[in-house]
Amino acid sequence: MTLQTMLLVAAALFSVGLYGAISQQVVVMVMMGLELMLNGVILAAAAFWWFLSPTPDGQVLLLVVITAMTVEMAMGFAVATLLHRSRQSDMTDMATDLSR
Amino acid sequence: MLTGIVFWVLAVVAVAAGVAVFRVDSMARATYALAASFIAVGLALLLVDLEFLGVITVLMMTMEMAVMGIYMIMFMGMNPALMPMSMVHGKRPALAVSIGTFVVLAAGALLVPWPTRRGAPAADLVTSLGEAIMESKMLVMMTVSPVLFATIVAALVLALPRGRYDRLGDDLRAGKAPR
Repeated sequence: MTLQTMLLVAAALFSVGLYGAISQQVVVMVMMGLELMLNGVILAAAAFWWFLSPTPDGQVLLLVVITAMTVEMAMGFAVATLLHRSRQSDMTDMATDLSR
Repeated sequence: MLTGIVFWVLAVVAVAAGVAVFRVDSMARATYALAASFIAVGLALLLVDLEFLGVITVLMMTMEMAVMGIYMIMFMGMNPALMPMSMVHGKRPALAVSIGTFVVLAAGALLVPWPTRRGAPAADLVTSLGEAIMESKMLVMMTVSPVLFATIVAALVLALPRGRYDRLGDDLRAGKAPR
């Protein structure tokens, strides 16, 4: 277990998540892709912390990443609920006007 | 040696489960696969002595996937959550972007001359994290706390079917008695 191997695994997780976030049509599946990307970020941050500078600062950064994941999940569910209620749909293609 | 073997097992499980999220034919199975990926990463954090963060990752993601399962059943019914489905767009461009991203990140991980480790981890990492967020890094916690509170409020405002001022729909004068 080295820094490079942990970063490779983190890169693989991030890339798989990126594929899902770009390609999926269902909002919940897009959220799963984003969560996988953050999963990779968590692993990479842990690797940097352990192999480069194992100070408490790195742990605090990891805590912030986990918080970001929580916020993403909560707001994603809320927006998906609103979309489902107002349009009876959970597809991203039906909500392209939100990007305007 | 044993740590290395455990790490590789967890790494393979994490990535394979991550791939399975977008390969399995139902959203319920995708949810379980994502939970497995997160649990593998949470256990990998334990290998680098991040006990607190590893445990909260496992606990949080297990609960989150449970919520996600309920959510899918609640809004999509049992059948779409369990029946085969494939709802994707731009599959090939997405695959190309993700492979390109992996190549760039992997090249960076392997080619960058990373510095050697500076300092040693504290004897009690959980205590050191607690002291950091209550002392030198308190600003981080003071920022995270209102962000989480704002998230709760914003999520409720979005998710609730109606608020105080839209109980009459678009026509706010509908409830008034005619003059």
